[in-house]
Amino acid sequence: MADGPVVELLLRRLEASDGGLDSAELAAELGMEHQAVVGAVKSLQALGEVIEAELRSTKRWELTAEGEEIAREGSHEARVFRSIPPEGLAQSELMRLPSGKVGFSKAMSNKWIRVDKSAADGPRVFRVVDSMEDEVQRRLQLVQGGQAEKLGEKERSELRKRKLLAEVTLKTYWVSKGSAFSTSISKQETELSPEMISSGSWRDRPFKPYNFLAHGVLPDSGHLHPLLKVRSQFRQIFLEMGFTEMPTDNFIESSFWNFDALFQPQQHPARDQHDTFFLRDPAEALQLPMDYVQRVKRTHSQGGYGSQGYKYTWKLDEARKNLLRTHTTSASARALYRLAQKKPFTPVKYFSIDRVFRNETLDATHLAEFHQIEGVVADHGLTLGHLMGVLREFFTKLGITQLRFKPAYNPYTEPSMEVFSYHQGLKKWVEVGNSGVFRPEMLLPMGLPENVSVIAWGLSLERPTMIKYGINNIRDLVGHKVNLQMVYDSPLCRLDAELRPPPTQEAA
Amino acid sequence: DEEFDELCFEFGLELDEITSEKEIISKEQGTVKAAGASDVVLYKIDVPANRYDLLCLEGLVRGLQVFKERIKAPVYKRVMPDGKIQKLVITEETAKIRPFAVAAVLRNIKFTKDRYDSFIELQEKLHQNICRKRALVAIGTHDLDTLSGPFTYTAKRPSDIKFKPLNKTKEYTACELMNIYKTDNHLKHYLHIIENKPLYPVIYDSNGVVLSMPPIINGDHSRITVNTRNIFIECTGTDFTKAKIVLDIIVTMFSEYCENQFTVEAAEVVFPNGKSSTFPELAYRKEMVRADLINKKVGIRETPENLAKLLTRMYLKSEVIGDGNQIEIEIPPTRADIIHACDIVEDAAIAYGYNNIQMTLPKTYTIANQFPLNKLTELLRYDMAAAGFTEVLTFALCSQEDIADKLGLDISATKAVHISNPKTAEFQVARTTLLPGLLKTIAANRKMPLPLKLFEISDIVIKDSNTDVGAKNSRHLCAVYYNKNPGFEIIHGLLDRIMQLLDVPPGEDKGGYVIKASEGPAFFPGRCAEIFARGQSVGKLGVLHPDVITKFELTMPCSSLEINIGPFL
Repeated sequence: MADGPVVELLLRRLEASDGGLDSAELAAELGMEHQAVVGAVKSLQALGEVIEAELRSTKRWELTAEGEEIAREGSHEARVFRSIPPEGLAQSELMRLPSGKVGFSKAMSNKWIRVDKSAADGPRVFRVVDSMEDEVQRRLQLVQGGQAEKLGEKERSELRKRKLLAEVTLKTYWVSKGSAFSTSISKQETELSPEMISSGSWRDRPFKPYNFLAHGVLPDSGHLHPLLKVRSQFRQIFLEMGFTEMPTDNFIESSFWNFDALFQPQQHPARDQHDTFFLRDPAEALQLPMDYVQRVKRTHSQGGYGSQGYKYTWKLDEARKNLLRTHTTSASARALYRLAQKKPFTPVKYFSIDRVFRNETLDATHLAEFHQIEGVVADHGLTLGHLMGVLREFFTKLGITQLRFKPAYNPYTEPSMEVFSYHQGLKKWVEVGNSGVFRPEMLLPMGLPENVSVIAWGLSLERPTMIKYGINNIRDLVGHKVNLQMVYDSPLCRLDAELRPPPTQEAA
Repeated sequence: DEEFDELCFEFGLELDEITSEKEIISKEQGTVKAAGASDVVLYKIDVPANRYDLLCLEGLVRGLQVFKERIKAPVYKRVMPDGKIQKLVITEETAKIRPFAVAAVLRNIKFTKDRYDSFIELQEKLHQNICRKRALVAIGTHDLDTLSGPFTYTAKRPSDIKFKPLNKTKEYTACELMNIYKTDNHLKHYLHIIENKPLYPVIYDSNGVVLSMPPIINGDHSRITVNTRNIFIECTGTDFTKAKIVLDIIVTMFSEYCENQFTVEAAEVVFPNGKSSTFPELAYRKEMVRADLINKKVGIRETPENLAKLLTRMYLKSEVIGDGNQIEIEIPPTRADIIHACDIVEDAAIAYGYNNIQMTLPKTYTIANQFPLNKLTELLRYDMAAAGFTEVLTFALCSQEDIADKLGLDISATKAVHISNPKTAEFQVARTTLLPGLLKTIAANRKMPLPLKLFEISDIVIKDSNTDVGAKNSRHLCAVYYNKNPGFEIIHGLLDRIMQLLDVPPGEDKGGYVIKASEGPAFFPGRCAEIFARGQSVGKLGVLHPDVITKFELTMPCSSLEINIGPFL
């Protein structure tokens, strides 16, 4: 049951052949288009092992239409040369000849002809030499005679540039018998059907093989955003470590909770218009816990709780100013203040992951808003060693094991330490977080007991995500300009699993 | 270099970059301009923001040498002059503009080119840092030999101040100067500090020579050079504490080059009330900290003697006294950052080496809880994706246009909070709806195959006078369907699915949900409904108005749904 007479012819010839046959030769013998034979080869190939076909390509130089004309009648420049009589020819007349324009300049550069611009009735063209060799014609004739290989590479490419010569690739098949060769072939079934199952006909049928190299059809599905997948993992890690989530659903904060409560002085550069988004409406907080505010004021301006204070005039108006919170530590301060009001004190472990806002200069790694991750532990007698121990466990869960700690300065923690991890890809230590012990000047005015220490650390959600996934521009990760394809294609977030290495950045 | 990097890290400094002037200029302005610049290796080091004593090479080297126990911390002394003490008299006119001033004299100093450059650079760094760009404190340094005291610090009308400022060839009035400096890339940043005041601060000597017009510029007459031997230093400002710290830092750093090393000649400042004080303060303060407190806070077990030794290495001369557990610590005038015992604890920890501290886990036993609103959000996100919608993450800040004009609303109808200092229109307001972010996401992804089904669950912000700050977040869920047909039934189906997930049955009673025909400027007339659940309105759904679609640079029909999920907690 062959489809088409060509297939049958091909199979017969193949059966009779000694070893195999060439599709182009067969087409010539049968006097048909090569494409028809190729079609037959392909449909036989689809049946499996009936035939084997090897694709061969041969390259050949052929003359273009113009090339053939030149091989026949001579190059343009030769034709120009020949058309000039001994007494010369007016240039305007020469240009009217069919080969005039191209031929004239070539003949000039070959120094076969010259122009006398001072002639009486306009410029006139004269022969310079008596005779010439038409190299172009000779070369083209060589190619025509199947002797293209006699031309040098340079000569061929020159002719090709003049569009006289073209290289054509001819694809042919070398066809030989396959392991299941037969001149009578039956059509293979593509898929199993309910009828075949009920009738049992599938037992006698050959089935077309699957191409396992092809891709499957992706399921229709929704996708989660990669950064928020990472957020989910961080939440999971904190929950595994017994940390309770703090409420952070208040982007708008007063300067008091964002700065003053954290013992950040009112002249601190972070409170500058250049760094922080302040609000025009509502410009000021309506209520502040005034008892506590008084204690904070005193600590800033005069000291107390063992502190010298900053010794400046603390202003309530400054504390009332509303802003978009610059860190989630403002939410931690609220949480710790609430904790301090509950007596007796009970130890806590808190965490939060949410947006913060900075009125910063934007670049490839900085946006006006990003997510901050924060962990806080409050208990009696916590030490710097405890902070480092908690950090080690936390970062181990992120798959980061090589840590070292650098002294640092934060206005509201003392001691403070920056956390560095060794980055295998970058071959250097990179900062992965900031941490410290909250200052007594922050905790004691809240009403927390004196022997309670609060250790805390923070990092951004975007930075580890960018390092992990090898993303260089933050705009490729967050905001409305991200490519949805990136969202569709992003893998599961498994922070402790080794990811495939990020694409290496090409040196600019 | 590696060893130095290691030392910096241990000490809390960050070796940023090893470079040279040539490299910096060629990076910033190209190799041609850099041709003539110096090849001398520069170490760029990040210093903690409160360690003003490490801002110049003199202080940094001193600090590191004490840390490595190569030298003992020098003791800074204030001495009275042999002759008459230099006086700076403050008049009461300064009270309203820049009331404080302090002064000191560095006698018989010997500069070299490098020392002189470092002296100028330290002033500039202090100006940028603790002086808050000269707003809190401004420093003036003068060749004392060109002046004759006593000096007067007063405030005058700008038109009455006239002098030849630094680097100019003729005299100008203060008014003229303020105009000239408007185009000065360096000085224009400081003009605002006094610009609109009726009186400008100014310092004269007894002959009426202008020393400086703080915080803008010094006079040319008293300018210091590499050859200056006697320096009069004045610091004026609005923050007395900081002015005293700045003066202490300058004199402690550079008295190293005085003939009598580390001594500073006192100057007397007479206040408008007639009282007077001598400066610099150069105060040494004693603090007492128990050794076991340091051990307990850091998590180490060191003897009091060792701890005292560690602190001494941090420039805090310490000794064990009393019952053998007390450590007495002397805070030198260079360490204004030490304001509490916790600062001393930190220095002990740094000297011990953070990375030598034994890591331990606190025994704090707690049971974790999720914040209920976030818990619900997490659960919903997964099921939204399971329903075939893709999550996007858009910005909480946007332009007024995004939340008002483009949705056919007037901005006053939005209850939006407004930002007072946005650098661009993208940060004018906090969003009051998630819809603009989703539509902008579609606009940036018009090449993606249709349909686009997107969602976001995140916070919006609206004004609310019932909260302490006058505004509150609200957790919204927004979804859009964008295709060749509006697909209202798909968005409607999604609502039904969400309600199923939230266990809210259809129907008006028993806390169910229902949608009722409504209208809104963002929706196509007749294609909008309000969603009521558990007896309250929670949001809207519908087919977007063609004007909205066009304004967001979209071309296809689109339906959307936005609800507040707070009521479903």
